[in-house]
Amino acid sequence: MFENRKFPILIFIYTIGAIYLLRLFYLQVLDKDYRSIGALNSVRKEISIPLRGQIYDRYDQLIVANEEVYDMYVIPQKVQPFDTLSFCNLFKIDKSYVDSMLVLARDYSEVRASLFLRQLSKQEYSGVIDAMIQYPGFHFEQSFYRTYPGNSLANALGYIGEIPKRKYEEQEEEYYRKGDYIGLSGLEQYYELELRGTRGSRLVLMNSKGEDKGSYHEGRYDTASVIGNNLYTYIDLGVQQLADSLFRGKVGAVVAIEPSTGGIIAIGSYPTYDPALLSGREFSKNYRELEKHPDLPLNNRPVSAFYRPGSTFKLVQGAIGLGDGVITPGTSLSGNSKFSTHSGGETANLYVAIQKSSNPYFDNVLRRIVHNDPQTGRAIPVSEGLRKWNEQIINFGFGRKLGIDLPNETTGIIPTVERYDRIYGKDQWRYSTIYSISIGEGEYGVNVLKLANMAAVFANRGYWITPHLVKNTGLDPAHGKATPTEIHKTNIDIRHFEEVVKGMELVVQSGTGRASQIKGVEVCGKTGTSQNAKGKDHAIFIAFAPKHNPKIAVAVVVENGGYGGRASAPIAGMLMEKFLKGSHNREAHKEAIMNTRYTTVAGRSQTQVQ
Amino acid sequence: MAREIDIKKGLDWTTVWIYIILLIIGLLNIYAAVYNVDNPKPIYSLDHNAGKQIMFMGLAFVIIMITLFIDYKVYDTFAYIFYAVWILILILTIFIAPEIKGSRSWLRFGGFQFQPAELAKTITLLALAKYLSTQGVIVSKFIHLIKACLIIFIPPAIIVLQNETGSALAFAAFIIILYREGLSGVFPAMFLTFVALFVLALVFEDQLWIIILGLALLAVLFWYLFLKRYDRNRQNLQRVVGLFVLFTGFVLAVDFAFNNVFAPHQQNRIRVLVNPDVDPLGAGWNISQSKLAIGSGGLLGKGYLQGTQTKFNFVPEQSTDFIFCTVGEEWGFVGVFVVIALYFILITRIFNLAEKQKFKFARIYGYGVASVLFFHLLINIGMTIGLIPIIGIPLPFMSYGGSSLLSFTILLFIFLKLDAHRSYKV
Repeated sequence: MFENRKFPILIFIYTIGAIYLLRLFYLQVLDKDYRSIGALNSVRKEISIPLRGQIYDRYDQLIVANEEVYDMYVIPQKVQPFDTLSFCNLFKIDKSYVDSMLVLARDYSEVRASLFLRQLSKQEYSGVIDAMIQYPGFHFEQSFYRTYPGNSLANALGYIGEIPKRKYEEQEEEYYRKGDYIGLSGLEQYYELELRGTRGSRLVLMNSKGEDKGSYHEGRYDTASVIGNNLYTYIDLGVQQLADSLFRGKVGAVVAIEPSTGGIIAIGSYPTYDPALLSGREFSKNYRELEKHPDLPLNNRPVSAFYRPGSTFKLVQGAIGLGDGVITPGTSLSGNSKFSTHSGGETANLYVAIQKSSNPYFDNVLRRIVHNDPQTGRAIPVSEGLRKWNEQIINFGFGRKLGIDLPNETTGIIPTVERYDRIYGKDQWRYSTIYSISIGEGEYGVNVLKLANMAAVFANRGYWITPHLVKNTGLDPAHGKATPTEIHKTNIDIRHFEEVVKGMELVVQSGTGRASQIKGVEVCGKTGTSQNAKGKDHAIFIAFAPKHNPKIAVAVVVENGGYGGRASAPIAGMLMEKFLKGSHNREAHKEAIMNTRYTTVAGRSQTQVQ
Repeated sequence: MAREIDIKKGLDWTTVWIYIILLIIGLLNIYAAVYNVDNPKPIYSLDHNAGKQIMFMGLAFVIIMITLFIDYKVYDTFAYIFYAVWILILILTIFIAPEIKGSRSWLRFGGFQFQPAELAKTITLLALAKYLSTQGVIVSKFIHLIKACLIIFIPPAIIVLQNETGSALAFAAFIIILYREGLSGVFPAMFLTFVALFVLALVFEDQLWIIILGLALLAVLFWYLFLKRYDRNRQNLQRVVGLFVLFTGFVLAVDFAFNNVFAPHQQNRIRVLVNPDVDPLGAGWNISQSKLAIGSGGLLGKGYLQGTQTKFNFVPEQSTDFIFCTVGEEWGFVGVFVVIALYFILITRIFNLAEKQKFKFARIYGYGVASVLFFHLLINIGMTIGLIPIIGIPLPFMSYGGSSLLSFTILLFIFLKLDAHRSYKV
C-alpha cells in the first residue's frame, strides 16, 4: 500500500536540494560581494567597555566613582620572542608572572585577547606606551577601577571583581568575557544590569597578517558603548560617616530609614573595611585578609545577621493587643507571670509598661492575644492563637523578606506552631512553655533592617514602605527610573499606634532610652537587650524622630554591648540629630561614645591568641 | 561464524562506503577548522577536536560491530522497553545534568559526557516503527494516528524542557513516515502551508493585514476561478471560509507568540533571516559570518587549510554545527556540491532500500532513518546559508561531537542490520 508515495517524498527532498544548491551557487559563484571582502580580509570584533555607573548620596555627593586606567591584553598568536628581562623591568613584574599569564592566555585562545596586566595608571601608561613597539601581541584597552570618595558604606556597596567561572559559564548570551568585571556583592551586584551600561563593538577588517584595515562596511554594524546608569541613593553620607566613627571599637549594625519613602539613610555593618581595599590590583590579597578577620567585616550585617529583638518587640505586642481589643491603654496587668514584678507601678497601664519595659505586663498581653479570637472574642487554643499572631507580626515585616535592593537579605525566624511542635511534640506545649517570646526572646531571628523597619512602622503609625537604598537610576537624578516599592499595611488602626507611640516618647523622656534625647526634638524610642548564648547581651535601640511627621527611623545594635539604653541609644540619638539638624555640636559626647569599646567573644579570643 | 558471513554478504556496502567517505570528509574539515597556521598540530593530536573525533570514530567502529552482532529481532522486540527507559533517562537528565549555556542536556560520567537527546531519535523511531507495524494499526484511523503522534512527541517535549529546542525539532522528520504509511496528503500540505505562513508572518510583521488580505483574495479567487459552478454549495463555502479563518488565526497567533512567548534572543535569531541588520552583532553576526565564509570560497575554494574565515572563531561553533562553512570556504561550490550529492545519494538509497523491505517494521524504520538524515541536512545547511534560523543541530557524520556521531551511526547501522536480513529469515 502507498508504495507510490515514495515519489512525492523524493520530489520534495530533491526540490529542497535544488534550492540549496542554487542558493550556494548564488553565494559562491554569482554574488561577487562576498568574495571581494572575504578573499583578503577577515573581520574582527572589538569590544569597548563603557564606564560603570557612579553612585551618589541624597545630596548628590559622590560615594563611588571611577578612575580611568589601562589594562594590557595579549593575543598569544601575535607574540614574538622578546626580551623578558627588560619587559619585566618596564612593568615591574617578575618572570614567573609573565610565564604563567602567557600559559593561561594560550589555554584560553591563541587568537583572542586575554587579560595580561591590570590597571596601569595614566602615568604608568604614558611611560610604557613608546616601548610597546618592541612587544607585538600586547595591546592596551582603556578600563577603570572603582574609587570611593565617600570612603564609607563598604558592605552595602559591595565590590566588583573578575567574573567567577560558574557565572561565566552560566550566562545565556555571551556578554561577559573571561576576566571581565562584574558586581559580586551589595549594590554592585544587585544593580549590575544598570551599572554596567551597554558595550559597544566595532567590526574591524584585518588582512591575513592581522593588520587593521579599518571599519567593516564603513562602520554600518558598529555600535557605540553606552555609559552605565548612575545610582542615586537616599544615603546621607554625613550620617553614614558619623555612624562609622561612633561604631569605633564596636561590633554591630545600624540602619536608618526615611519612614515616608522607605529610603535608607544610613546602613552600616561593623567592623567595616575600607572599600578601596577591594578595588584594584590588590583585590585577592586584601580579600583573603578580610576573610580571616574574627569579626567578619565582609558580612553585611544589617541584612543578614540574626539577633533576637528583645524588649523592642514589646511595641509590636502592644499594638497587636490594642488592635485585637484584649487591652486598652489604661489596662493594668499585674501578677500571673513567671517574670518577677519589680514594682506595682510598672504594670499600671500601657504607657508605663513601655516606658519601664515591664516584662510581666507584656507576658500578660501576649497570653491574652494568643488565647483570644479577635473576630468573636471567644477563647481559642494557643496553637490557633499563635497562628493568628504570626499573621500579624508578618505584617510588621517579621518572618518575611522586606525586598530591600541588596542581595542576601534573610527572611529571619519567628516563633511558629510548626517550630514548637517540632521542639516539644505536637500539642505538647502551652503558652507557659513559650512565654518568653512575649518580650522578644526565644525563637526569633531578626536582622537590623527589620528592626529599623519596625521603627518606621511606628513612625508611620501602621504601615511600611519597601526599604530601598536607590531612589532612581539613570544619568540624571531628576529623570531616572524609580526603584519600585510597595506599601505594606499592618491592618491595625492608626489610633492604637498613637497610644504605643506615647509610650515610646516616655521611654526617651524619662524611661530606659534617655541617652537618645536630642535638644528641641521629640524622640520616640524603645530599648532592647538581646540575650545571647555566647556572651554578653547585645544592646538594641530603635527610635524615630520627630514624634510628629517623623523624618528618620533608626535601629542600632551593638553586639555584646549589654544594656540597650546605654550602648545603643546614644548612637541612635546622635545619628538622628545629625540627619535632622545637619550637625550635632556635641563633640565631647561623640568622643565619649567613640572611646567606649565592647569586645566580642570572637574578638577577645583573637586578642588572647595574639 | 555463520552469522558473520551472512552479515558481510547482506550488508549494503554502498551505504557503508558513503558513510565512511562522509566521516573522512568531516574529519578533514574539522581539522581545517581547528588548524592553527602558527602552531600546527598533527591531525591525531588530542589537544584539538580533530584528534578527539578520531577517537570517537574508533568508538563508532566498536558500536557498529555491536549493532551488527546483536540479533536483528532485538530491535523490534525490545523497542517499547528501550523507549520507556530512554524517556526516564531524558527526564532524569533535566534534574541531574549541569547547566551549560542555559540547557540541561549533557550527562557527565567522569571525563565523558553524553547528550541523551541525540540517541532519542533512534529510540523513538524504533518504537514508532514497532507501533505502526503492529497488526491492525492504520495511520488513517484517528485513534491510531493520535497514538503514533504521542510516541513521536513525548521525547521532544522533554528535550524542549532541557532547553535543547534544536534537537527536538528533528522529530518533525517523522511526519514523512506517517505520510508514507497512509496519512492523508492534506496533513503534510497543511504543515508546509503553516511553515510558509509562519515565514510570511515574520516578513510582514508590521503589516499583517497584507497577508490577511492576500488570504482573502486567494479564497475569493479559488471560489470563482477553481470551483465549478455546481461545486459552489454551502458545504464548500463553509470549508473555504473555515480554512481562511484557520490561516488568519494562525498568522495572528504566530505574531502574538513571537512577541510574547519567545525570548528576545530567539526572536532575533528568526528576525535576522528576513533582515540581517536587526541584530548585526548577535544572531546576525553568525549568519553574516557564515555566509561570508561560504561565499568567499568561490567556485573552487581557497584550498585545504587555506581558509581564513572559518578559523579564528569568526564563525561560531565552526567544528560542530557550522562545519559546512569550512567545506564551503576551502572547497568552494565544487566541494559543497559533492558533499550534498553524497548525502542525497545516501538518503535516496535508504528510501529505496526501505521500500524493498518485506517487513513493515524495517520499512518504516528505513524511512525514518532517511527522514531524520534529511531533516538534519535541511536545517543545518539551511542555517549556514541563511535560509533557516540558527538552530543548534549537527550535520550528520561530519560535525564534531561524540554524541551525534555515535547516535547517527547507531541509527544508520540498525537499519543496515535489518536490511541485511531482508532476504534471509521469514
